Amino acid sequence: MADLPTTTTYLETSQQDDTGVPSPTINTRGRFLLRHERTPQFVQPAHMSSGPSGGGGENTLYFVLVGATCLAGGAYAYSTLVGDRERYQQRITEIESRSSKPAAEPSTPAKTQPETAEPVSEAVVEPSIAEPVQEEAPVPEPAAELVTEAPAPEAVPEPPVAEPCLAEPVVEEVTPEAPVLEAAPELVVASEAPAPETPASEAPAPEEPAPEAAASQEPDSGAPTPEAPAPEAPVPEVSAPEAALEESAPEIVPEPPVAEHLVAEEPVTEALVTEAVSAEPLPAAEAEIVPETPPVTQSASEPASAAASTAVEPTHAPYLLIGGGTASFAAARSIRARDPGARVLIVTEEDDLPYMRPPLSKELWFSDDPTVTETLRFKQWNGKERSIYFQPSSFYVSPTELESVENGGVAVLTGRKVMHMDVRGNKVKLSDGTEISYDKCLIATGGIPRNLQVIERAGDEVMKRTTLFRKIEDFKALEKVSRELKSITIIGGGFLGSELACALGRRSADLGLEVVQMFPEKGNMGKVLPEYLSNWTTDKVKKEGVKVLTEAVVKNVTYKEGKVEIKLKDGRVVKTDHVVAAVGLEPSVELAKSAGLEIDSDFGGFRVNAELQARSNIWVAGDAACFYDIKLGRRRVEHHDHAVVSGRLAGENMTGARKPYWHQSMFWSDLGPDVGYEAIGIVDSSLPTVGVFAKATAKDTPKAATEQSGTGIRSESETEAVAGSVAVGKAAPTPPPQQKEDYGKGVIFYLRDKVVVGIVLWNVFNRMPIARKIIKDGEEHADLNEVAKLFNIHEE
Amino acid sequence: MSYCKQEGKDQIIFVTKEDHEAPSNAELVEDDPNDPYEDHGLILPNGDINWNCPCLGGMASGPCGQQFKDAFSCFHNSKEEVKGSECIDFFRGMQECMQKYPELYPQEDDNESAPSGEAESFQTSNNANKNKTSSYS
Repeated sequence: MADLPTTTTYLETSQQDDTGVPSPTINTRGRFLLRHERTPQFVQPAHMSSGPSGGGGENTLYFVLVGATCLAGGAYAYSTLVGDRERYQQRITEIESRSSKPAAEPSTPAKTQPETAEPVSEAVVEPSIAEPVQEEAPVPEPAAELVTEAPAPEAVPEPPVAEPCLAEPVVEEVTPEAPVLEAAPELVVASEAPAPETPASEAPAPEEPAPEAAASQEPDSGAPTPEAPAPEAPVPEVSAPEAALEESAPEIVPEPPVAEHLVAEEPVTEALVTEAVSAEPLPAAEAEIVPETPPVTQSASEPASAAASTAVEPTHAPYLLIGGGTASFAAARSIRARDPGARVLIVTEEDDLPYMRPPLSKELWFSDDPTVTETLRFKQWNGKERSIYFQPSSFYVSPTELESVENGGVAVLTGRKVMHMDVRGNKVKLSDGTEISYDKCLIATGGIPRNLQVIERAGDEVMKRTTLFRKIEDFKALEKVSRELKSITIIGGGFLGSELACALGRRSADLGLEVVQMFPEKGNMGKVLPEYLSNWTTDKVKKEGVKVLTEAVVKNVTYKEGKVEIKLKDGRVVKTDHVVAAVGLEPSVELAKSAGLEIDSDFGGFRVNAELQARSNIWVAGDAACFYDIKLGRRRVEHHDHAVVSGRLAGENMTGARKPYWHQSMFWSDLGPDVGYEAIGIVDSSLPTVGVFAKATAKDTPKAATEQSGTGIRSESETEAVAGSVAVGKAAPTPPPQQKEDYGKGVIFYLRDKVVVGIVLWNVFNRMPIARKIIKDGEEHADLNEVAKLFNIHEE
Repeated sequence: MSYCKQEGKDQIIFVTKEDHEAPSNAELVEDDPNDPYEDHGLILPNGDINWNCPCLGGMASGPCGQQFKDAFSCFHNSKEEVKGSECIDFFRGMQECMQKYPELYPQEDDNESAPSGEAESFQTSNNANKNKTSSYS
């Protein structure tokens, strides 16, 4: 046969004329078909090219190719499946080897010392062995992480010594070495038990609150339990277990007489703390020591620190709050108010106790106190000072005391992140490996600042000179920068960006600092305020000393000649020393994966219902919650008051209130002393608005408002009526005379389908209840000027 | 004189004081006093104290929260001539507790006036809440 044409052409429907003779022709699609000539006898009338292989060449090629592909596919599939199985086997063996390794090792030493084992079991008082063993079980279990193999190896070399000692240590007082050594052989003995049991004993181990008691009652269990410690012991490869042993020995000596119960709850910490161990009474102590020595040896450098944390960290919290911000604190307060004696545990990644964020971009910058970065106290306009921390540290109970303190309390575990959440098992795992189970859980993880891609790609030199502003440490860093450098650029024209720009702008004259603000919108707060107001605001910001670049889209950022160079898409270039990126917040939803919680695709954040519930015992509040607002629909709000309101609501619902989100939260912003506003509801500049304005007088400034109400944070004046008299501060200085068409003060209504869904009170204060009422009603008002009358904007 | 202008989708109205002097004819929906969803200020409709009221600050939730609740429940339920006169023990207990946490409960007044001062503030916040147009916890 002649050479066949390519497959593609071959596969095209052959075109045949009426005679049924295939010939070189152009098919319906106009392609020139190359076909080799066929002798008449091979002609088949109009049928698929994959017909009986009478066609010879082409068909054969076709089959060969298709067949080869199938074979290859089959081979690949087969190899993948086989490989899968292999990989699976490997994994299983690896896991088993891990658990059997401890077992294996112990068994080795055990085998080498059958004699020691026997004397041990015989001579040693069963119960006492059981005790230490039992103790060891929980101890090693948690100490697993610490890897405590030291005892095993040591035990081996010391069996002879241990033997005589065995009898003694088990009993009450013990000579210094005895206990240690004894423990070792015991471990060895224990190791005899099969490895599989280890996991079993490990499991119950952590659960045992009073292993001692249990131990003494189960001498028999001594046998299996020893394994736990034993396997654990071998696991770590400690190099100087002896040293550790000796260390613990002397410590034990002074304490043997103590005969209280062993607090074996947190063996881990205790294990680490030889002193803690020594603090433990009785024979059990020795057993403890043994497993502990490995950890001790392991972390030889840590005995001091270990000693410090003798207390037991909670393994169960009736109310667990993940995240230590505003929402979490509000929930804690709510829970404590409604459930007497409640025990609330807050777990936070930060190192700070719960604090409020708004002053970080406002009041703290206006403070005259040079130590403000340390004290974090701000003076409100009326002279009243307060800390940004919600409560001083004496308000909280220590996490270790949480389970035992009489009337319950709120405890904060700082510096730990919740890495994994097991919703079915009602427990979480922290970054340090601790597991905490809960009855009810609140997720209030907030978010992390977004960054611009161009900055992330710009390299380390630029990243070093960029601040993503959110936490206390960011404030401290930026404050330092503002005093040391000459030029700061803020990217972002929303709340945070504009507030920081104004705060820094006010300092710019004193510090000789250049402050630049750039954003893609046409004016500050361009996404919040209607255009005319946004423009007016931008002018005010400029008057605060800020160089504002509107309609600025960053193209790229580089580090050149000691300066950060920002190139904009329209060609403008800005050279600066430091960059602050205030371009939004990314809600922290990493837990959604392990917890199996839903994430909202429109707004981001955890999707919860109107009662802020994600699951029957899991609630979400604050920046991370995408919730259903009965009046305004599904939304996610990133404001301080919302965190307070939603945190409080979540706390109420966690204690059985079953209330939906109903009380509308508000927000506010101050852009310098002359421009301030409060707002409520959906305030989106893309909605049609109706603004009703009057001329502002000297009294209509944020300064005057706070002086009147006596608080510095306006949402406080809203939600927490200050009982008692209020000190009136100094009168506000007269602002410059207003020009015509000055948007001095007024009310702006945001409409959606003719219903008011949002209200901004522009330099008009203490009217929030009326605004809230209007939104709650959700009525269509024909004349909004009439509605505006309700606000009495011309008066104080 | 008030005037009105339109900037795209945004309407702007400037009003004088006189324009706003006439009472508003905007209709507001009547508040349902038994609304289960609404926040209720300090005193709940059934007469109980709302410990979660923001007006109490953190008093009911701090370390001395239990003592505070005991003292004020007694005071609230007191029907004596001198309200709260039989509650002196509770108040003393609360004071003792508060003295243990001077950071949290700064002792501005002397000890005698402390309990009465508390009672005063309690009453004030009580009245204040009743006067508010809408209730917010």
